[in-house]
Amino acid sequence: MNDSHSPQSSYWSLFSTFFKIGAFTFGGGWAMISIIEREIVDKHNWIERDDFLDLLAIAQSLPGILAVNIATAVGDKIRGGKGSVAAAIGTILPSFLIILAIAIFLTPDTIKNNHVISSIFMGIRPAVVALIIAPVITSAQAAHLKWKTVWIPLVVALMISLDLGTISSPVLYILLGAVGGLLFWWLPRYSARKGRKHHSDKI
Amino acid sequence: MQIYFQLIWAYLKIGIFGFGGGYAMLSLVEKSVVQPGWISETMFTDIVAISQMTPGPIGINSATYIGFVAPGSVDTALNGVGWGLLGSCLATLAVVVPSFLLVLYSSHFIRRHSESGAIKAVFAGLRPVVVGLIASAAIMLMNAANFNPNGIDWQLWVNIAICAIAFCLAFFPIKIWGKKFKMHPILIIILAGVAGYLIYGIN
Repeated sequence: MNDSHSPQSSYWSLFSTFFKIGAFTFGGGWAMISIIEREIVDKHNWIERDDFLDLLAIAQSLPGILAVNIATAVGDKIRGGKGSVAAAIGTILPSFLIILAIAIFLTPDTIKNNHVISSIFMGIRPAVVALIIAPVITSAQAAHLKWKTVWIPLVVALMISLDLGTISSPVLYILLGAVGGLLFWWLPRYSARKGRKHHSDKI
Repeated sequence: MQIYFQLIWAYLKIGIFGFGGGYAMLSLVEKSVVQPGWISETMFTDIVAISQMTPGPIGINSATYIGFVAPGSVDTALNGVGWGLLGSCLATLAVVVPSFLLVLYSSHFIRRHSESGAIKAVFAGLRPVVVGLIASAAIMLMNAANFNPNGIDWQLWVNIAICAIAFCLAFFPIKIWGKKFKMHPILIIILAGVAGYLIYGIN
């Protein structure tokens, strides 16, 4: 019935996997990538690494919360529409429950000024940065970068991290990448067709 | 009761216009919830601080928390866990649903045309860009807030060391009993939290 989707994945395993991912995502959507790669690509083999890159491109080019977008795209790829609901709810639920518990039982100050919690997070934050550096390398391998294309991620990373307003917007580079890919595919075909036409005109 | 519709409307807008995820959305959130007087400016900074200390996307965290607090702060008759819970659920759903539908619709569209040369060309162009996007996320997180929040030299070096060790654990497989395996990112986060507690928490 679902031959386009992975057979070993149930809605429950999708939900619980993304619940686990949501519970350990500190520092926004990009921090999820390492955990998703490990759980979805390496452990469960639900999707290929380069397919995962394509899903990241979709998730990042649309508005909304990146982590939820990634979960939706991955869930849909693995198990269709219902799978995306399971994955999205799984991602949202841990933070929803934790924040709700804080809102009901605690005041913000008790968390913010808690020495133990803030010291734990002093350790977690640099580790999260490391967990975003690692997928830079694995995704570069999955993207099959060549000498001709390796400048693209370098320029994109430089321009975005300089944070210069509109010209540093990730959406701009996604658009440029899409248009560039299209041109690269279409131009040779166009010139070949034109060349053929030119050739037949001469005859 | 009006507050619930206002909450839904505010978070729908955040979900639709919030590009770039996480911190890029924050100014939009601030404008939509502090200006109508649902929460105070200081409370907003508290929520941001809590979001950094709890897992999950900051968009979800803020929706859950503000959805809980706003009804009671606008109308004292709505001061109760039940009314707060209703606000939490509505605001969280409102911020998630637009992008959820967008992602679902786009990935279905793309899958339907996945054999088309144009779609393949677009993704071929996007892959190197996505590598750059992940790299830019990593670069932008290499800041003082993550590595040296207190401005103390030895803490900076300790945090750089935590980052380097976490990267090695995440990236290089360890050989145990002839079997190679990579440490799970979740375990790395837990270990980093323990390290943070041992280094900064005990005094």
